[in-house]
Order: sequence, then C-alpha cells, then structure tokens
Amino acid sequence: MATNSLFRPLSGPSTASARPVEIEFDGRFLQVQEGVSVAAALLSAGVSRFRTSVVSETPRAPYCMMGVCFECLVEIDGQASRQSCLVTVREGMKINTQRGPRALIDGTEAGNE
Amino acid sequence: MSEINTGDRYDLAVVGAGPAGMSAAVTARARGLSVVLLDEQEAVGGQIYRNITRASHRALDVLGPDYASGARIADSFQSSGAVHLTGASVWQVGRDGTINYLRGGKVGSLHATQIVLASGAMERPFPIPGWTLPGVLGAGAAQILLKSADLAPSEPVVLAGCGPLLYLLGWQYLRAGVPIKALIDTTDTTDYVRAAGHLVEALAAWPTLKKGLKLMSALKKGKVPFYRGATNLAIQGTDAATGIRFTAGGKDMHVDSKVILLHQGVVPNTQFTWSLRARHTWNDVQLCWTPEVDAWGKLEGLPNIYVAGDGMGIGGALAAALQGQLSGLEVAAVAGKIDAGARDSAAAPLRAELTKQLRIRPFLDVLYRPKDANRMPADAVTVCRCEEVTAGDIRGYVALGCSGPNQTKSFGRCGMGPCQGRLCGLTVTEVIAQARGVSPSEVGYYRIRPPIKPVTLGELANEA
Amino acid sequence: MAVRMFDTQPDLNSREADVIVIGGGLHGMSSAFHLARRGKRVIVLEADYCGRHASGVNAGGVRTLGRDLAEIPLSLASRDIWHELGELLGDNAEFTPSGQLLVAENEKDIVTINKRVALLESHGFTHEKIIDGKTARELVPTISPHVCGGIWVKDDGHALPYRAVTAFRLAAQRMGVAVHETTPAQRLDWRDGRWHVTTPRGTFSAEHVVNNAGAWAAEFAAQVGDPVPLEIGGLMLMITYRLPPFVKPVLGTAGRPLSFKQFANGTVLIGGGLRCPVDVIGRHGEVDFIRLASSAQTVTDLFPHLRELPVNRAWAGVEAFMPDNIPVIGPSMKSPNIVHAFGFSAHGFELGPIVGRIVSELVCDGSTAHPIAPFSAGRFRPAPAAGVEFDMPVPFSIPTGVLR
Repeated sequence: MATNSLFRPLSGPSTASARPVEIEFDGRFLQVQEGVSVAAALLSAGVSRFRTSVVSETPRAPYCMMGVCFECLVEIDGQASRQSCLVTVREGMKINTQRGPRALIDGTEAGNE
Repeated sequence: MSEINTGDRYDLAVVGAGPAGMSAAVTARARGLSVVLLDEQEAVGGQIYRNITRASHRALDVLGPDYASGARIADSFQSSGAVHLTGASVWQVGRDGTINYLRGGKVGSLHATQIVLASGAMERPFPIPGWTLPGVLGAGAAQILLKSADLAPSEPVVLAGCGPLLYLLGWQYLRAGVPIKALIDTTDTTDYVRAAGHLVEALAAWPTLKKGLKLMSALKKGKVPFYRGATNLAIQGTDAATGIRFTAGGKDMHVDSKVILLHQGVVPNTQFTWSLRARHTWNDVQLCWTPEVDAWGKLEGLPNIYVAGDGMGIGGALAAALQGQLSGLEVAAVAGKIDAGARDSAAAPLRAELTKQLRIRPFLDVLYRPKDANRMPADAVTVCRCEEVTAGDIRGYVALGCSGPNQTKSFGRCGMGPCQGRLCGLTVTEVIAQARGVSPSEVGYYRIRPPIKPVTLGELANEA
Repeated sequence: MAVRMFDTQPDLNSREADVIVIGGGLHGMSSAFHLARRGKRVIVLEADYCGRHASGVNAGGVRTLGRDLAEIPLSLASRDIWHELGELLGDNAEFTPSGQLLVAENEKDIVTINKRVALLESHGFTHEKIIDGKTARELVPTISPHVCGGIWVKDDGHALPYRAVTAFRLAAQRMGVAVHETTPAQRLDWRDGRWHVTTPRGTFSAEHVVNNAGAWAAEFAAQVGDPVPLEIGGLMLMITYRLPPFVKPVLGTAGRPLSFKQFANGTVLIGGGLRCPVDVIGRHGEVDFIRLASSAQTVTDLFPHLRELPVNRAWAGVEAFMPDNIPVIGPSMKSPNIVHAFGFSAHGFELGPIVGRIVSELVCDGSTAHPIAPFSAGRFRPAPAAGVEFDMPVPFSIPTGVLR
C-alpha cells in the first residue's frame, strides 16, 4: 500500500486484506485487497489520476463510486473505457490509465492482419 | 425455495437491488410470480445497503443500525426464489417489456410482462470551481468506499455542503476514528427560519428527527470544526485538490486537504424513465424531476412499468422498501394472482407506514435546500464534466437562441459524453431556465436515448 | 460560432409577410435565407424548434456520391455552395472536405460500381472515380484488407447538421426573417390573393407559401391539391466514444447499408439506411437494436479493431420518404403561389443550400434554370390515358438503404 494513498483500509495495513491480490497498473505491480472494485483498489494503492479528460487532457479520478459519473474510466485487460468502480478486481488484471481519446490502433499497424 | 428459471420470459423484471427492488421482488414472488432482478453489482443492497451481505461486525457497528437493518430485506430476497442476475448492466428498457442488458461481456435480452424500475437515486451535482479535480468525491462515494472496501481517508478530511448523508458520514467517520478536519456547512439561518414552518410535521416524525439530532450532537462532541452558512466554495489545486476556500461568518477562509467530500442531497436517477418518454414533473421544492406515477408507482401512460424507491422521489430507504412492496402488490393483482380486495388490505398498513416515513421530508427539503450559487454556478465553472462545457458556455448558447438542454448538445456537445447528462442535466436545465427567465418545467430535460449504459460495437455485432 | 448582433431586427409581432415558410429545418431555413436575400419579407413557422427532426439528427454527409441521376446536377451545384458556406453565412457548420469513399468488398460490388460509373459517364458526369484496392488503402490505411476497390469523390465531405441549420437560421434572422418556433402550421386557406395559415398562436398571411415541412409535408400538399405518397419512417444512427483520428473520408459500402464517419472530436457516427418504426404522433423513432447490430457487424468487418469501441448513444430521426427515392421540388400543380420542397430522406442534407436557392427563384421569378422536372409533385398522378407512358427517369442510385 503506497504511503501517499488518499484512502486507506480502516482495519489497518496488517489486517487490510486476508488475501492480497496482485495487479499491474501502468506497468507497476500493486498489491491490493481482494473482492473490492478496481477503483477502490487503485485509490487505496495511491493512484489519484485515473484518466485525462478528453478535451483539455486534465487529470480525473473517481467522483461518485456508483457508475453514474464515468470519471473512473480506465483500460482493463486491453479493453478501454471500463467503469472501474463497477468491476471487481482480480489477480493478474492489467490496468492502464486512459489518456484522452484512447488509441485502439497503434500507428498504421491496422490492415496487416 | 428453489429458483424458477423460465428462460428469458418473466412475469416481473426488477431493475435495481436496493430496498425498493428487493421488496418488489419478494412481494411478487410470495404471490407466485416468476421474477428476475437485474443489478450491476455482484451482491444485493443497492447503494444504501451496499455490501450488506458481506459486512463485518465492525463495519455494521461503524455504519450504524439503519444500515444493519438492511440485512433483513437481503435475507428475504435471497430466499425468495427470484432469479438474480448479478453484474448485469441494463442498457435498454422497452415500453413493450423488453430488457436488453450486458453481462460478462455478452449482450442478453429478456422479456417481462411487467417491470419495476428501482434504480434509486444519485448525488446531486455540486458544480463549484475545482470540483472536477482528483481528490474531490461525493460524500456518498466516500460512504460506498467505506461500506464496500473498508476504506476511509488517510488524512484528516473535509466534508462540505449540507444534508443528512453528509452528517451521517461524519458520524460514521467519528465512530471509525477517522479525523475530520472541517465540516463546511452551507446551511444558514434563513434555512432554519424557513424550515421552522415545517417543524410541526417534523416533530410528528420524532424518531427520525431524534436520530438526526443525536447525530449532530455527536459531531459537536467529537469536536469537529464546524463552519456554518458557508458560501463562495471553491476547490483549490491544479492537477489535484489541495484544499478548499470558502466564506463563513463574514471571513474568507481556506482549509488544506487532499480529499474533499461534497454533498448537497440526492436526486432521483431518471435515465430509464426519461428514455421511456414517461412524463416528468419539475419539483420546485426538491429541485429535481420526478416521473409521474399513480398510487402504485405505475408510470402514467405506461401500464406495465412501475417506479419504486428514490427513483420516484427521494424518501429514504424505509420508504423505498414500502413503495417496492406496494408496486409488488399491484403487479401481483394485475397478473391475476390476488384480487383487488386482498391487494388493498395488504396495502393499507403499508400506506400508513409510508405516510409516516415521508413526514420528515418537507422539513428536510426546506432545511437542506441546496443554494442557488451551488446549482447555477458562475460562468467559469465546469457544468458538463465529460465534455468540459462551462456555465458561461451554456449562457452563450442561450443568447444564440438555444432554448433547452437538447440544443446545448448540438451547440457544444454538452451532455453528449459518457455520462449522458447524469451529472450535468439538472444544472443545465436550471442554468438555461435562469438565463431565459422561465421555469425549469418549461425548459425541460435532455432527451435520453439508449444504450443507457455503454455497449461496444463488438458486443452489439455478436447479436447480428 | 461568432455571436453577431442582428443587422435587421426580425419583427416577431408581424402576422403578414411576402412569404411564409412552413418548416424550420435545414430546407426551411435555406429557403428563408435565400428569399430574404432576394428582398422578401419572410415568416418561418416551425412546430417544434429549428432542426429538431431530420435536419438535426441525420448523418451530416455532404455527398454527391451515390446520387440518383436526377439529383446529380442539383447536388453538384449545392456542393459548390458548401465549399463557400463560411463566406455566405458567416459559419461553415464545420464543413470538412474529407472526400467520400464507397468501398467494394467483393467481385459483385466491383461489378456494381463499374456499372454505375459507366452510366454516369454516359450522362456526362465524371465526379465519381473508380479506384482500386491499393488506392482505397492509401486513402484509409486502417481499413480491412478485404476491401478491393471503390468509388471515390474527393470534393465531398461532411458537416454538422444542427450547426448548419443554425447557421442558416442566424443568417436569415440577420436579414429580418421572423422565426416562430413551437408554432405548428395547421390550415392553409387562399383568400383575397393571399394565403392564410392558421396556427395555435393565431393566423399568419402571405402572398406565397413554401412547404418545407419534412415528414409532415404531405398533409399540406394534400390541402393544396397535391396528394403525394409520402411515407414517414425512422432512420437509425449511433455515435461512439472518442478515438484518435483514424479515418478521414466518409465511408459507405457498395453491397450493404453503411454510413460511417469520424468527426474532428474523434467520435464515430454510424448509420446505414436502417429503418425503424416511428411513433408519428409522438414524433419519435424507437431504436431497434437487433437491426442496429448489423451496422455494428459491418463496421467491425471493415475495422476489426473497433470491436471494443463503446457505443454512447443511438437514435432515430422522423424522416420523409418518397417511393421513388427522390424528393418533391416545384410549384403546386393545383394551387397558386405554393412551392414544395420535401421528401429528401435519406439524401437531403447536402441538397439544403441549392434547394433553398431554387425555391427563392421559383417564388421570385416563377421559374428556375436548375433541372427540377423529375421532382414534380404531379409525377404521382396516374397516367392520363392507357398506353401513354408516364415519362419519368428510372433512378439509378446505390441500392435502397445505403445512407451517407
């Protein structure tokens, strides 16, 4: 658990999660609580920037935690624009910050299948 | 009771697993209807009873007895035999009883003879400068983090705004040993004076009132720094929240904090009802839209679809459960499982209790009426968070002849982002009404279209 | 969009004008604009708000590609106006000359497109060019390799529908055109050399009336003695989340319905001539997602990597269809001083600028040099006598339902 997290488990770090789960976020490995939403897991691991806004590319993070505000959008296991507050975290998930409009195509790779 | 699987056709489909949804499902199941309940979460509870089935003893203690009481409804639902589709994101409800949803990355479809919509409420937007910065969340969001992930702010936190949920959260944090740096209350003397006009009714709801008073007294005893009548709220920071500025007691103040929890009431989540083109009324006391329904929650003009719970008007969890039961009874009667007499005699005590539960509302609505400045903000404030449209932009559109929210969509993408107007709709309606000098009722609301929740091209294509 | 003060203040209290335009969509506002330019005093009666229906919710294709032969001369003339729209109106509605490309996916499509271009060339039209698969991929590097050719029109493009309506409206209002919204026209009566149009807000009168009433135009046409077999239907569209730019031209497919474009803001608009039921009284089209799924399938066939792109919203406009797929443009057959211009779906957006000009010529001069004979309101009347062939050009457009 990162020391600069805005949120921490109430029960304290030692009893935080009986079975921590390992996920990858923007290339770093994080140990998080099992059974919580990806948004909650990221917040507790010190992530405060989930995506950048589409118009001015300013940082955004969860606001409503119930699937209404769409601020918590991240890329999960290759799929972009997932509402992380509605997805339960799982061992081995690969999560990435969503930057502006997400690129589904890298350069001009497309067309070479 | 074993689950009844009727393939993709049901007597009743319920959308939302909060108190209203669970109660409607239980009531209908008890009269022999086949029932399916769809909800986005993995477990029942909606928002108010979020995670109730997995809450530890410690959590139940921190969160308080009202939350703990949700366990009873959850138990009834789980033994009712209703089919429970978890992790189901409903993206279209048709007037013909079709429900399209997304579950496990696959589009699903079912048909129900009758539908109860129980998708509850959401926090009212709180458009002040800096409200889009990371570190700013709704108080309800913080409560969800507490309930579902046992998470609380790691540093002394600021609570700002007004309304019972804000004070409840403060009380829950106190019990959990979470330090509160400040409670910045926008309620002022004029609110108390106006609310005094409803005091007699409020006293008739003494148990609820008493609970509230106990809560406030605990906050005082906990020595939480309180600022009353706060105005000119503005979040500070560039890439993330660093603090909040405000004026109170005639003085300009600021409090440093990386987490600021805002709240000024909850409002019905009306995406489904608008998408069904149900008629809505602008409620000038509650400052929100409510769908027009009959005494059983049936939508006017849509004889097979009901709304129960906060989605039909804010009333709280206990009222929601009662409304769910009332809708369930009418559903059963329409399905021919009970006659009107049995329906009415079962309904009578429910209605009496519902009246009691709603007695506190006028008092609360007036006392905690969100301030004009926090609903119709200054020009520079972002109103549409998704597409970054400001209040000033919207006023500009009005000057160009834009008369309602639907035209703002075309002028500048306001309301066109992923949240499809959920966080900006009320603000846009009120800003336009104010600029035009007419009532919000005349201005209207966004035209809401499916998919109510996003579906990918691939998920759709698989249905072709 | 610049905020301009009105140069001539519209007089919203006046009930009399030279011309009443029924319908405040793109065609109504284009008519009003061009009439005002010719010095006419104009009142526009709009039942809802300007651009509420077809005009505001279409795919925004500015295309000459794929047109019925009869429409081509008008379409080419209109495109010239689109390229100058900024100068004309002070706002170009974000017209982007991105080009339009109709792709061929198989041998059958190749035959279809070659036949079409040959027919056009035989009529002297050279704006549609056959290209091969290699060129198609140069134009759209991200497209699926199975695309083997296409028809390319480089001067076509797209624009923003609601902005276009608003641009015409503001320009018209600056010349004094009075626009009355939430004022549905009801009855037309010819009395004392003028038309009297009743509405719930009272009666308006003018020497001339222009019927630009879109999906509701048949009622007015019938009132003045020109019954037409107009069908009201819905056309479905959907818009996605944003993506970085990956396709410039507007795309269609020769063998199945598709209209596909990416806006400057990165969102992708997908249509394709998919019809859906319409609640005529409620003025609402209900989206049928099972049918929309085939559009999604076409898109993911062309661009497999779009499978994960979320659809944000789907809608259907209330539109007017004529059985021969070309509009009604021209004077009334029966009544004096009536000009009709309606029935454009799904091909009316690009024609907006020129048809308004034609309408103004018909009203002011009694005639127009543009070839509008094929669009006559009288073409639906039964043949005058047995054995007499009704002289109507056989339209050859890309198969019904292909929408740009």
